[in-house]
Amino acid sequence: MSLKALHIIFVTCSTLLAFGFGAWSFHAYSHSRAVLDLVMGIVALVVGLGMIVYGRYFLKKLKNISYL
Amino acid sequence: MEIPYVSKNRPDTGLYNAKLGIWLFLASEVMLFGALFSAYILLRVGADSGTWPHGLLSVPLGTINTLVLIGSSVTVVLSWAALKMNQFGRYKFYQAITILCALIFMGIKTVEYRSKFTHYTVQLQDGTKMDGHIDGSPMFLNLSKLQAKNVEEIKFHPDAPKGEKNAAHPEPQVIKTADIKSLQSWGPWHSTYLAIYFTLTGLHALHVLGGAFVIFMIWGPLSGMWKTDPTRYTNRVEVSGLFWHFVDLVWIFLFPVLYLL
Repeated sequence: MSLKALHIIFVTCSTLLAFGFGAWSFHAYSHSRAVLDLVMGIVALVVGLGMIVYGRYFLKKLKNISYL
Repeated sequence: MEIPYVSKNRPDTGLYNAKLGIWLFLASEVMLFGALFSAYILLRVGADSGTWPHGLLSVPLGTINTLVLIGSSVTVVLSWAALKMNQFGRYKFYQAITILCALIFMGIKTVEYRSKFTHYTVQLQDGTKMDGHIDGSPMFLNLSKLQAKNVEEIKFHPDAPKGEKNAAHPEPQVIKTADIKSLQSWGPWHSTYLAIYFTLTGLHALHVLGGAFVIFMIWGPLSGMWKTDPTRYTNRVEVSGLFWHFVDLVWIFLFPVLYLL
């Protein structure tokens, strides 16, 4: 498995973490009403969306490189 | 004698030597971290109900470190892609950012560790137990060290009550050494949770240091190989990138397990 293939797995895991962390932060905000929890939730969602955009860019950029 | 398959793929495996080697190594690493994750789960499941601590770690610092490591994996792969496209200058730039990210990660980890080593649980002879800081933020203090230094009293700053919104810190207290039954900093010896926390994150931090060192060596002192054998050099960058991705993937699992759940 090449670095390209492992990177795709990594981007997938990071995206899932970002959305999961976003949900955790919003849940924490609903209890604490702390601005920091809200900010972290928004940042996590933005990062999650950013990772999806980046993943598409990455696949396009490295389309000629093997997965092996 | 020339060593075969250092640059080209071996026909039967489809891999060059270093890639086969790193995957075998990573398989052993999966077993190592897998065993420690299993230990964590068993310790947590086996703990008495309500005794497993929550909220001891700084989520904002952990989040920043997660973003830093995700960013470093992106730059690692972009640097490898740059070499594949014959852009050595870009490779140098991206990999410099990777090394910088590794240093930032270690810096933040040091801040986190220091905050634990200067945090104390004190138990008094009358049974009172408090968490907080000692005046001057000394590290690794305990009762025998206080007695050995003939310290008669300490000024203790207790933590704000947990779970209370906008709770103010209680007033600092002067505690006589003679009244102290036990004094422990929040090191691995403090509790099962902190023991497994330091074991997991300490081992991970060693991997970050090792990975950053290898990436630095390939980026700097060993970069002359790009002129003599560019394919082999690119392979070295890929192999170091594979290790770096593994280290980052471990963190992707460590962060929610230790900081959030």
